[in-house]
Amino acid sequence: MLVKQLTVILAFAASVLGCASKPPTMYYWGGYQGQVYEYLKGDGTSHDVDALEADIEKARAEGKPLPPGYRAHLGLLYGNAGRVDDMKQQLELERASFPESATFMDFILTNFNK
Amino acid sequence: MHISGFLRAVVVSALLSILGACATVPTPYDYSAFKQSRPKSLVVLPALNHSPDVNAVASVMSRVSYPLAEAGYYVLPVALVTETFRQNGLDNAEDIQAVAPEKLREIFGADAALYMEIQSYGTSYLVVISDTVVDVSARLVDLRDGKLLWQGSAKASSAENRSNQAGLAGMLLQAVVEQIADTVADQGHVIAGVTSQRLLAPRSPDGMLYGPRSPNYGLD
Repeated sequence: MLVKQLTVILAFAASVLGCASKPPTMYYWGGYQGQVYEYLKGDGTSHDVDALEADIEKARAEGKPLPPGYRAHLGLLYGNAGRVDDMKQQLELERASFPESATFMDFILTNFNK
Repeated sequence: MHISGFLRAVVVSALLSILGACATVPTPYDYSAFKQSRPKSLVVLPALNHSPDVNAVASVMSRVSYPLAEAGYYVLPVALVTETFRQNGLDNAEDIQAVAPEKLREIFGADAALYMEIQSYGTSYLVVISDTVVDVSARLVDLRDGKLLWQGSAKASSAENRSNQAGLAGMLLQAVVEQIADTVADQGHVIAGVTSQRLLAPRSPDGMLYGPRSPNYGLD
């Protein structure tokens, strides 16, 4: 029984040590992809905004930039909640971080009010 | 002096060709269109789904940003892209993937679009054990000239670990993995993460190339 437990623990340790050699990521991902999954499934909640805002602070603490689309996604959630000014701010921040997003950010800002 | 230099060159090249003939080199992928295009930004279109799982598209779509962004591309926000199509009356992937490249370029401003097809997604329950498989293929198309830049496919299965392990430690590790997996409600989404990484993270010899935001850009 003890041998079995020790083997399991050792196997676990081996897999964890294997993970330690992964290179660091360029961006802070936090719960972003999980949020996108929930949104696309239609399972989004009003607390998602809180989680995304909290991760912004964590990213700042780690000194890592937010990934492409992160702020725009938060902007989408603000927009859906009627927080239009907050939405516009996030889309502008997305554009500032990623100039490649300009065309699409303009499209959303232009068409949102329709 | 001149003749011996020539002889040396002949001997060296003969040796190299003998050694070269011994090594089996896979046919290199033709990246010429990809390297000429050098897209900075990618729009990932809703995937075609050949599986019976209704969550397959959401699951796969939500896993592509990570490998593509970490590869050095600007990836347009997936939920916003999906929402944009919805608000323009386009709900299913067949119709979305039929939209002209010029139109996609006009709205999204992306240099290239990723067209994905989910070949299989889901868990099949066998007598004793269950297998979860996610199999996705993809094409990267330049939106400026409609050229195919890259295509690939990848598959991941929860059965992989099982077959590689041997002996007591292997069986116990497998038991632990399956026990944990049972507590995770969404096996498909876990495996989808592995598939998307295999599909989209830059890899030799025929994977995606690094994008402009990566420190490895241009090295492959």
